[in-house]
Amino acid sequence: MSKFKNCFFLFFIFLILYLPIFYLIYYSFSSGNNIAKFENFSWQHYLNLFADRRLIGIVLNTILIALISATIATAIGTFGAIYLNDLTRPWVKNLILTLNNILIVSPDVIIGASFLILYSAIKLHLGFWSVLISHIAFSIPIVVLMVLPKLKELTRSYIDAAYDLGASSQQVLTRVILPFISSGIFSGFFMALTYSLDDFAVTFFVTGNGFSTLSVEIYAMARRGISLEINALTGIIFFIISIAMVFYYFGSQRDKKQKKVN
Amino acid sequence: MAKFKHFLVAAPYYLWIGLFVILPIGLIFIYSFHDLNGHFTLNNYLNFFKNSTYLLMAFNSLCFAIIITFISLIVAYPIAWIISKFQNSRDFLILLVIMPMWINLLLKTYAFIGIFSRNGTLNNLLANLGLGRHQFLFTDIAFILVAVYDQLPFMILPIYNSVIAINHSLINASYDLGASKTQTFWRIIVPLTLPGIKSGVQAIFIPSLSLFMITRLIGGNRVITLGTAIEEHFLSTMNWGMGSTIGVILIIAMILIMLLTKESK
Repeated sequence: MSKFKNCFFLFFIFLILYLPIFYLIYYSFSSGNNIAKFENFSWQHYLNLFADRRLIGIVLNTILIALISATIATAIGTFGAIYLNDLTRPWVKNLILTLNNILIVSPDVIIGASFLILYSAIKLHLGFWSVLISHIAFSIPIVVLMVLPKLKELTRSYIDAAYDLGASSQQVLTRVILPFISSGIFSGFFMALTYSLDDFAVTFFVTGNGFSTLSVEIYAMARRGISLEINALTGIIFFIISIAMVFYYFGSQRDKKQKKVN
Repeated sequence: MAKFKHFLVAAPYYLWIGLFVILPIGLIFIYSFHDLNGHFTLNNYLNFFKNSTYLLMAFNSLCFAIIITFISLIVAYPIAWIISKFQNSRDFLILLVIMPMWINLLLKTYAFIGIFSRNGTLNNLLANLGLGRHQFLFTDIAFILVAVYDQLPFMILPIYNSVIAINHSLINASYDLGASKTQTFWRIIVPLTLPGIKSGVQAIFIPSLSLFMITRLIGGNRVITLGTAIEEHFLSTMNWGMGSTIGVILIIAMILIMLLTKESK
């Protein structure tokens, strides 16, 4: 296959991959109220979006849930991983690891439904707390999987050396282990954040009335039909993600170059 | 002493395993033996296996999941392969694959409602070309297309990772030993990328069995899968027993798939 053909094929694929997103953003600038026809250029839907207090509140809720759940899940998951890594008997380790991975491979519907049963069994009111607890619960195993490989790289001799030099176990933890695995902790935190922001199915099951996250709200709006406010929201989200991606790309390229220099 | 302290800090983690991993699965299993009044019954399972609606639905979901996974695989493989050919720009290209994953799934699905609807873009285009308007939304094909679109990156990434890990001297050796392009592809490249294919299949097949958001928004009420059935039993008809039974069957299906695609060591 020639290079030209490859380029053309990739161009076509990326066109399809991005078409729905650009399509939404394109109509967010239309002054009309549907996506049948582009009328005049207007910022109207963006203005409506910013004036929509309810929707802004839901966006803030979504971000709040993501930040809190990712932080707590990172704390629990990191210590879980440290302990898991220290287990000596292989069958215990495998058992815990299997249990850890169950929530990652389970379909969202099963997680949502089983959490719903759990909350009704303990009579937990459905709302902010049930959503927050669910998000913490499904984020923990992801953090563990991100931190574990880093812990495996940490050789025993580092820790022994620290103890030999008179460090207490608390000092070993805060001065040796945690700094060494910090990159794993960070990627775990970001993965947890992503999973929380993206989740629809689990939240849909445990949210009850009155509390909503962005995904659940978009679902409700989409079932009612087209609303160009959603398009404007897509535009804003795409803009933010593009900026984040540019920073990420140049950051990782710089790291690569530095590694090559070293 | 150090161990003891570690155990204390890991206590929340163990609590989590007990409360949010073991207990929910146990509960869903117990509920699957309950009728609407909370009495013990085997009827849910009998219903599932006797009633043709449930069996047909399970068969339907299975077919959809197989089609979705298969299409994703044959589309994703060449994409991953070609991206890996661009030595200098492949980091950037793979970032372009990842980026749509960050856009909320609901938004991407919502876009297709606009594209496929009766007065939507696709129909306007066809009408202008004199081909007339057709029903796209709420059809099986639309459902499959959107499901493939939404999940494609999850197939591309693992295959890409296994493609770039291939040692090129193995491929050269195969040619040197007289293998044709097709032989090299099926005998060398496919086996070497099998781990990537397996994790891609795992990442798409299991969620596809239980999709309910795309099913509802794009498939309408015409496409019924295990996912929509669970959602309906739990959130509309409130028959948690039957919903749990379908859940247990889904869990068993999931375990079977995990065993089938397990990495052989």
